[in-house]
Amino acid sequence: MLARRLIPCLDVAAGVVVKGVRFRDHRVVGDIVELARRYAEEGADELVFYDITASPERRRVDPEWIARVARELDIPFCVAGGIRSVADAEAVLAAGADKISVNSPALARPPLIDELAARFGSQCVVVGVDAEGDAGARDQWKVIANSGKPEAASDSGRDLLDWVREVADRGAGEIVLNSIRADGVRGGYAQAQLAAVRAATSLPLVASGGAGNPEHFADVFERSGVDAALAASVFHSGEIRIGDLKRYLAGRGIAVRR
Amino acid sequence: MKTRAVIVPSGGANYGSLVEACRRIGVDAPVSADPTRILDATHVILPGVGAASHAMRTLREQRLDRVLPLLRQPLLGICLGMQLLFERSEEGDRPTMRSAFERSTASLPRTQEARRPSPGTWPSGPAGMRESSMDARFRGHDDGTVRVEAPPVDAVACLGLLRGAVRRLPAAPSWPHMGWNTLHNRVEHPLLDGIGDRDWFYFVHGYAAPAGEDTLAVSDHGERFAAVVAHGNVFGAQFHPEKSAAAGRRLLANFFALT
Repeated sequence: MLARRLIPCLDVAAGVVVKGVRFRDHRVVGDIVELARRYAEEGADELVFYDITASPERRRVDPEWIARVARELDIPFCVAGGIRSVADAEAVLAAGADKISVNSPALARPPLIDELAARFGSQCVVVGVDAEGDAGARDQWKVIANSGKPEAASDSGRDLLDWVREVADRGAGEIVLNSIRADGVRGGYAQAQLAAVRAATSLPLVASGGAGNPEHFADVFERSGVDAALAASVFHSGEIRIGDLKRYLAGRGIAVRR
Repeated sequence: MKTRAVIVPSGGANYGSLVEACRRIGVDAPVSADPTRILDATHVILPGVGAASHAMRTLREQRLDRVLPLLRQPLLGICLGMQLLFERSEEGDRPTMRSAFERSTASLPRTQEARRPSPGTWPSGPAGMRESSMDARFRGHDDGTVRVEAPPVDAVACLGLLRGAVRRLPAAPSWPHMGWNTLHNRVEHPLLDGIGDRDWFYFVHGYAAPAGEDTLAVSDHGERFAAVVAHGNVFGAQFHPEKSAAAGRRLLANFFALT
């Protein structure tokens, strides 16, 4: 049986890991390789490194730290942020990343997803989707572009579920749905939105934004049917240890790798 | 005898993780497309990511499709590399669901590769045979529509070192199969030494070979498929041992212990 995955997300800026609350007021939480190794040993199923400066500043992700992580890590990892072209993706994958994740550049030019899938295969093409949160009617759920930089963030004009279907049709291999209102406030994942996206596509779906306690993880697996749950601050602060969380989830009858 | 491993490049962008995983268990495994070095190695690994058609083109361009069948030492295909060991694959140039649909309706001619008999150690049999459109799959959407998903019309001829064809996994419960899964129906074999029910392996693939006579272990996602295979000197793992933490290290070490 396929295990539900737990994915710590490490926000990277200038070669170190930071985590913002509501994407502002970052604080450094540690060295990239040291944190990656710690999470792998604790039982993380996968890691996401989000280069929070590459995307808004239109810089390429630095392949040097990716290669360092690849040398250390024997679990898969994904790199997000700053990937705008096949050449960008190639540099990141060649440095040793298993997957690349695109978000705003795919909104700006959707055929990017087709190009990445054709060149590297769907299995390493993750599309990140930022949505406003699941208050309100589902026909008002919009996709937000450039959410990494609050002053540049804007409504993409795209309906969430339409965009998810388009992303799947264009050859994405996985979707990470991040609820912006839920992110950083630890009130639980955006269940209604995640369940609707789950029903709209058969692609692996990763829930992101809102994890505050172990029940939130159990709830999102049981009620929204997601494949994986991503979180940052609850893991980085040490409030939730991955090993403890897996024991708790297993006790609730959820399949996890232990 | 000291292990001299070689990793055969099959067109993927990244072999670094595999090189490092070998290094962690004390095996130096350089990447090389040089036939002399490959034939001289004690152990050969064929990795692969991306589409089967692209990988087979890469192997043919380097004439490695002629070299690999000559090996008598242990050869391990990983993920797509394992799929390439079979006679053919449904996975064409354009891997997306939409593309598959467009191809199936556009009456594209079959490729040369699809018609060419497979260069394997067995008679070519049905290699290159057109995959049936009976395999068209239906996927429901929550807006009430149902879309037909057909596989690409042209199967890609692969190395033919193992019998059988690689097929697309079902759309449900999710496609592609991505994440950690376990092995079942394990056959007693040195490659699986010390590997049990509670060992998890990292899979990421949308296509797989059905379980068959050469299957050492199966895994399940939507349907049962071959997760580990062996026939003579030819071995395959559908998961990524280099990304499967301790269990993956064990399998790689078992492979390098084979003679």
